[in-house]
Amino acid sequence: MIKYSVRMSERITEKLQILADAAKYDVSCSSSGSSRKNENKGLGDSKGMGICHAYTEDGRCVSLLKILLTNHCIYDCAYCVSRKSNDIKRAAFTVQEVVDLTINFYRRNYIEGLFLSSGIFTNADYTMERLVLIAKKLRTEHNFHGYIHLKAIPGASDEILNQAALYADRLSVNVEMPTEKSLQLLAPDKKREDMIKPMMYLKNAIIQNREKKKQFAKTPLFAPAGQSTQMVIGATPETDAEILLMANHFYKKMQLKRVYYSGYVPISSDNRLPAIGTPVPMVRENRLYQADWLLRFYGFSVQEIVTPAQPHLDMDIDPKLGWALRNLQLFPIDINKADLSVIMRVPGIGLQSARKIYASRKFNKLNWEHLKKLGIMFNRARYFITCDSPDFERKDFTALQIKHQILGTGQSKYKPNFSPQLQLF
Amino acid sequence: MQSMIHDGSFEGFLTTVFQVYDLGFKEVDICTAAKYQQNIFGGGYFVTSEPSKADRVWKGLQQKLSEAAMKQFYKTWLSEIDGIENIMLSYVRYVFSSTVSVEKDFSHPAVLVITDTAKKVHREKHRMEAFVRFQLTKDQLYFAIVEPDFNVLPIIQKHFKSRYADQRWMIYDGRRKYGIYYDLDKVAYIQVNFEEDVNSGKDISVQYGEGEILYQQLWKTYFGSINIAARKNMKLHIQHMPRRYWKFLTEK
Repeated sequence: MIKYSVRMSERITEKLQILADAAKYDVSCSSSGSSRKNENKGLGDSKGMGICHAYTEDGRCVSLLKILLTNHCIYDCAYCVSRKSNDIKRAAFTVQEVVDLTINFYRRNYIEGLFLSSGIFTNADYTMERLVLIAKKLRTEHNFHGYIHLKAIPGASDEILNQAALYADRLSVNVEMPTEKSLQLLAPDKKREDMIKPMMYLKNAIIQNREKKKQFAKTPLFAPAGQSTQMVIGATPETDAEILLMANHFYKKMQLKRVYYSGYVPISSDNRLPAIGTPVPMVRENRLYQADWLLRFYGFSVQEIVTPAQPHLDMDIDPKLGWALRNLQLFPIDINKADLSVIMRVPGIGLQSARKIYASRKFNKLNWEHLKKLGIMFNRARYFITCDSPDFERKDFTALQIKHQILGTGQSKYKPNFSPQLQLF
Repeated sequence: MQSMIHDGSFEGFLTTVFQVYDLGFKEVDICTAAKYQQNIFGGGYFVTSEPSKADRVWKGLQQKLSEAAMKQFYKTWLSEIDGIENIMLSYVRYVFSSTVSVEKDFSHPAVLVITDTAKKVHREKHRMEAFVRFQLTKDQLYFAIVEPDFNVLPIIQKHFKSRYADQRWMIYDGRRKYGIYYDLDKVAYIQVNFEEDVNSGKDISVQYGEGEILYQQLWKTYFGSINIAARKNMKLHIQHMPRRYWKFLTEK
């Protein structure tokens, strides 16, 4: 057991304050999707289901100890609090401090594991090596099987990325901005290709490892929870169509597990960016996540969600309802006959309800009463479906009428802090 | 209406189901001895738990239900909701009466209640896996107290056992007055006699081991530092972390 003096306690507390504060704009806190089991009576496991151990007052999940190793940075990216030119307190953890914090938080069931990122000091490889060292120490010296998410530093070499993937569950390279143009504007020191290259390397290495695993069960784990990325939205003038096309590209071509959208929180008076005090585009961020879910789980294509004529998502209705209203000719569908993939596309019916409907209708023709009990959002769905009740919506409402009726009955959870969409340039 | 009274154990309930079939009762009202109120119009039928009878009902259900549905059935039991036994009996009757699998017939009221109740219990299980906060004592025991809405200790022990394989720990249910204790080898159900200075396990600070206070403070520091004030959303915060759980959360 380590003895802590008061001075040491104060120092570590201050470091934690600074380096947690600096890490909080990275939105990912996922701890799911790994397959690491506890072995040899070690500490921890990360077998799939993520756990949120707490929630911040802004409602975000706290699953991992999310910190920077240091907020010293050689870069000067306009949107980042740790940028070189920003006059803030700087700090750096030692390797042992990060290890101790992780283990002790984990033993108390505060966290699922560690999410370690860092400002860039000296160069990419040098920084990345320190991150890998911590992960390695946790795995090999402490027999730790909890979740580890390491940030892959843009420009890091393949060898170091390979090391990182052997100890981490997930790796992520942040593309930071939805387009290369925005990146050039706000982070002139960074190059898009330095971000894409490690992503590409990891994608191929993960596929190779999976193939090998099929032949040899003992093949070591290699980033079992895959890779993810994040882009800041609302700091630059991209349309939702551009953002979603980019995200879709990452899902399809890079096989990313997640793309995170981080609504820009104004932290700088730099005139390239929205002024301090500009509201965080939370509604837009939420709509993007809804669209992201439609892409990944509901079988939608980007072109169905946003169009050249309408490159932005509706802020007042969700993208699924938006799609349905643009395609009223496809409705109503008969809930007792339609394919599962069609039921999933009905506004007000989620994946779970769709599956329940599909399973239950083998026993009984479903009517409104059944459907309400199964948990569908009746006030939305009723304009788009028929069932074994005679009183369905027979009237031919226009899209606009339906929209008004739905908005009239439902209260948007964002109404109180609805901010007009940010206009730039 | 025949009142059936059992001892409150799952085995007792399953024995009751056996008796209902054996004696051919049509309309019954099942409850525990603790909840039973003497009905002036008819005597209650007191059931004695019998492992062999309970086992037959359980095995019979296994023939008809998937493993997932069996788990749902058990989780529903752990809800301890008033009158849940009657719905469970109605579920059993529906299952046994049909030649095909009915566990996914959500248009049947009992199936839907079982599914929904099991989901609620599962959610509470998941919450406890999240909200347990261990405190390290002088004896190197990691101790946590909880007061879950449902009786979930039986279904969270596996999670904690596989996760904290190298530390002694105890999770105590302050409402139901029992705990689960892992001794580095196996998990056991235990009763605890607390000393007076720990307020029935609710405040064990006099027993804290080296570093405990520091790490609690560091955790609070961390929790404060990761908040983004510009995104404050208390409604969402409370929706995820209902106030009734705050009592035993280090960070609140």
